Amino acid sequence: MKKVYVDEKWCLGCHLCEYNCAFANSGISNMVKALKNKPIYPRVHIEESDKITYAVSCRHCEDPICVKSCISGALSIKDGVICIDHDKCIGCLTCILVCPYGAVAQGENGVVQKCELCLENSCGSPACVAGCPNNAIIYEER
Amino acid sequence: MQNIYINPEFEVIRNENRCIKCRVCERQCANEVHSYDADLNLLISDETKCVNCQRCVSLCPTKALKIVKNDCRLRENANWSDSTIKEIYKQASSGGVLLSSMGNPNPLPVYWDKILINASQVTNPPIDPLREPMETKVFLGKKPEKVQRDKNGNLICNTPPQLELSMPVMFSAMSYGSISYNAHASLARAATELGILYNTGEGGLHEDFYCYGKNTIVQVASGRFGVHKDYLEAGAAVEIKMGQGAKPGIGGHLPGAKIVGDVSRTRMIPEGSDAISPAPHHDIYSIEDLRQLVFSLKEATEYQKPIIVKVAAVHNIAAIASGIARSGADIIAIDGFRGGTGAAPTRIRDNVGIPIELALASVDSRLREEGIRNNVSLVVGGSIRSASDVVKAIALGADACYIATAAVLALGCHLCRTCQTGKCNWGIATQNPELVKRLNPDIGSQHLINLMTAWKHEIKELMGGMGINSIEALKGNRLMLRGVGLNDRELSILGISHAGE
Amino acid sequence: MKKYVIIGNGVAAAGCIEGIRTQDTASEITVISEENHPVYCRPLISYCLEGKTTIEKMNYREKDYYLNNGCNVLYGKQAIKIDDKHKLVITNSGDEIPYDELCIATGSSPFVPPFPGLETVDKKFSFMTIDDMQALEHAINKNTRVFIVGAGLIGLKCAEGLADRVSEITVCDLADRILSSILDEECAALMQKHLEKHGIKFLLGDSVATFDKNTAKMNSGTDVAFDVLVLAVGVRANTALLKEIGGEVNRGILINDKMQTSIAHIYAAGDCTEGDDISSGQKKVLAILPNAYIQGKCAGINMAGGEAVFDNAIPMNSIGFFGLHAMTAGSYPTKQDGGEVYEEKGDSFIKRLYMKDGFLAGYILIGKVDRAGIYTSLIREKMPLTDIDAAMLKKSPSLAIFLPETRRKKLGGVL
Repeated sequence: MKKVYVDEKWCLGCHLCEYNCAFANSGISNMVKALKNKPIYPRVHIEESDKITYAVSCRHCEDPICVKSCISGALSIKDGVICIDHDKCIGCLTCILVCPYGAVAQGENGVVQKCELCLENSCGSPACVAGCPNNAIIYEER
Repeated sequence: MQNIYINPEFEVIRNENRCIKCRVCERQCANEVHSYDADLNLLISDETKCVNCQRCVSLCPTKALKIVKNDCRLRENANWSDSTIKEIYKQASSGGVLLSSMGNPNPLPVYWDKILINASQVTNPPIDPLREPMETKVFLGKKPEKVQRDKNGNLICNTPPQLELSMPVMFSAMSYGSISYNAHASLARAATELGILYNTGEGGLHEDFYCYGKNTIVQVASGRFGVHKDYLEAGAAVEIKMGQGAKPGIGGHLPGAKIVGDVSRTRMIPEGSDAISPAPHHDIYSIEDLRQLVFSLKEATEYQKPIIVKVAAVHNIAAIASGIARSGADIIAIDGFRGGTGAAPTRIRDNVGIPIELALASVDSRLREEGIRNNVSLVVGGSIRSASDVVKAIALGADACYIATAAVLALGCHLCRTCQTGKCNWGIATQNPELVKRLNPDIGSQHLINLMTAWKHEIKELMGGMGINSIEALKGNRLMLRGVGLNDRELSILGISHAGE
Repeated sequence: MKKYVIIGNGVAAAGCIEGIRTQDTASEITVISEENHPVYCRPLISYCLEGKTTIEKMNYREKDYYLNNGCNVLYGKQAIKIDDKHKLVITNSGDEIPYDELCIATGSSPFVPPFPGLETVDKKFSFMTIDDMQALEHAINKNTRVFIVGAGLIGLKCAEGLADRVSEITVCDLADRILSSILDEECAALMQKHLEKHGIKFLLGDSVATFDKNTAKMNSGTDVAFDVLVLAVGVRANTALLKEIGGEVNRGILINDKMQTSIAHIYAAGDCTEGDDISSGQKKVLAILPNAYIQGKCAGINMAGGEAVFDNAIPMNSIGFFGLHAMTAGSYPTKQDGGEVYEEKGDSFIKRLYMKDGFLAGYILIGKVDRAGIYTSLIREKMPLTDIDAAMLKKSPSLAIFLPETRRKKLGGVL
């Protein structure tokens, strides 16, 4: 299955992936309208330490502990992609409690959100990958 | 001492309606032009630091930025231009030599643009490169004068060593040190993929790139940095650098700050020491001396590799080339006055040397007149900007072209011409690891491959139009060229007729 | 073809069904469900009261779940006896259901202490099931005064769910602090302050002496007047079925890391079990949903002939009240226990990391809970602190704490 991978060797820490992600999942067709004057809630996060930066997003584990732990049945696996039903999620944050990558986060409205590889939004393939200026984020089968 | 205030050259215009405060501009500017003010919730610009490299403009996700020429100018004066006056201010403040990078930007004649290419009509058919074979392959090196046979009539194969190129373009010398590891990686990988060659420049060859040796020209310059047995043996050819188009007559100076880590090891000089290439090779004061070095290198490489001698295009280039052609060298590389550099004194870059078009024409003519044209191949560089420049150069008599500025542009260079600062925001002309990583060789090499592939298509189209199906048939075929807006003297040097003739 | 029987129809049962189906897609699975509902998210009942979800959305799985998984669900039936000799489960309606492999996923039941006068209370409820929740919902209105006995997870979630729907909520607990099973005094105090801001009143270190209709007489002498009583003192694992046939039972049904009980062909999963807590090295009833599912799945795989172990269970909880979240995991060895405690705190947050023997043993996070799973994984995976950047670990949970190779491996990057 194709997944998003990051190569920290090429990550510049520009944070564009976060903005492209927030934009892609905003449902708004104009980035300025989508992101101006508000905090963003991306599903990919840049981690920085000691001049090394890299993007972290859901690994779409084969045996995902977040899905097993979800108390509301909101997390599920569809064709290998771990998806969240925002309607079912009640924001208990158990997934945040268990995700070993720290890849699940609270969204704007209290319920959690996570990378769904942009398969659920209008992009169709990961916006973080398309927008990465240095090919540090790759969408491929490994 | 108070410096004379110099108005910033550029103005950063930020469209506040578009800016989403993502701060990508701030993170990406090594010159620290942009900064975020949390109290104002605004990004602010310090334009005195802006070099107009366009990194921020390129990466701004909402395209909220543009860099424009600051229109706050000194009073107009046809003699004392704004930039001339500012250079005076700079020198009055610093007392130093002005430094610049990349090629001569001044509006001196570009002869390529005054030369037009022929095409076949009616009396001879053009060739469609999509339907018919078209040869872009070239071999560089000394060619035998005539076919020789032994007593039994068998062909005698004693052709001196040749370089085989899939197309008549190579990446010219840019040292590891002046450009980054990733830039070198991109060039090496692209050259290998393309079946052409790249040139190490004078900084030695990083051990990681020995595997690309078949597509590498290793350079020996006056500083002899990084030259050792394995290095000479690693490449497909050895180039003796006598001069560079951007700065003929002077050496090079890579500041100690850039001699760090692998650069220092590759150059075989201590970390932090300035890498000073002397203006002359101290063992070369004549063609005879040059011949000694040529043959030393041939000995060292067991006569298996062609030796290139690279010179800057200067006034008496034809006589110099004639000498080199007799020195035993296999290839002469001539670098015109618009050639690029990682750093050169501005006055030298902008005022020394001659255009490559004139140099090439006169060298080719001279070698032909003297009957020694086959002694050497001719490679020309110094602002070859497109496939049509390549075709014109071949028709003027070149065997192949060297490109470097075009190559770094493909790598992302935006020609801000501040390589000398070492803060290249595109990861090319820098040794700062934070900046170097901005050039991913996966992308860089692919861009180079794309560029060369595109040029190759265009070269074929142009040749096909002329009814010519191989580079060999185009070489020195000046009948295919016509001049426009050139005077008789220029036409005579170029050896071409005026359009309409 | 095997005959699988699951007693219980909660999340552990769902895990078991899904575990079996990874190995065996043909054999029939019989599910004995005491409740008349398909598997639902039991912890969501308070959110349903609160209006954050609906009964329909509380379904744990899709509509045709049992059909799709070839399950025969016996709704409204209770298993009253296991005949392990003949491999039969006997239900309250006298059915004898044969099994080849059996999974006990009976969960737990509310524990109600014998308070004197409790029988005089008219409106009294437990808070465990949808039925409990609906009954409670019917009993309340805007003017209701609710008295909740027990300031544990259940009692407080109930309080949160009711907060906007009743006039007054008082919670009492014998312990001197709220959430005494997972929080220490200081953390509990922070949480309590927040709950009090939202109108919940507390009587701590106090218990009911007697009930007299709508009044609770407390041991402290206070009287609490109420309209509705919620009993959330605690729960007991439902172990009787196995105990009766001589299976090993402590506070829960004892299981090994394959979820096997002491009796052949009988497995157990979920809140009714007692297994190893690797953070403390003790046997514990870890009655939390993630464990229930994982145990169920592990049991299911083994029942169907596959190979699975679940050997890294730890206690962990994510619980939030009115927007303030607390996360806890592992054990909390103090200095006296030979541990080391790292602490950061502010007005609205507390962070406490407990380290012992070169491992992260547990943590308590209140207020700032982002990416806590990274900490949880260190406990669960028993990652030696020497293999990570411990200083950075304290600062914030991030993958930067790992060695570059470990991190690249984790992220699946180029090695």
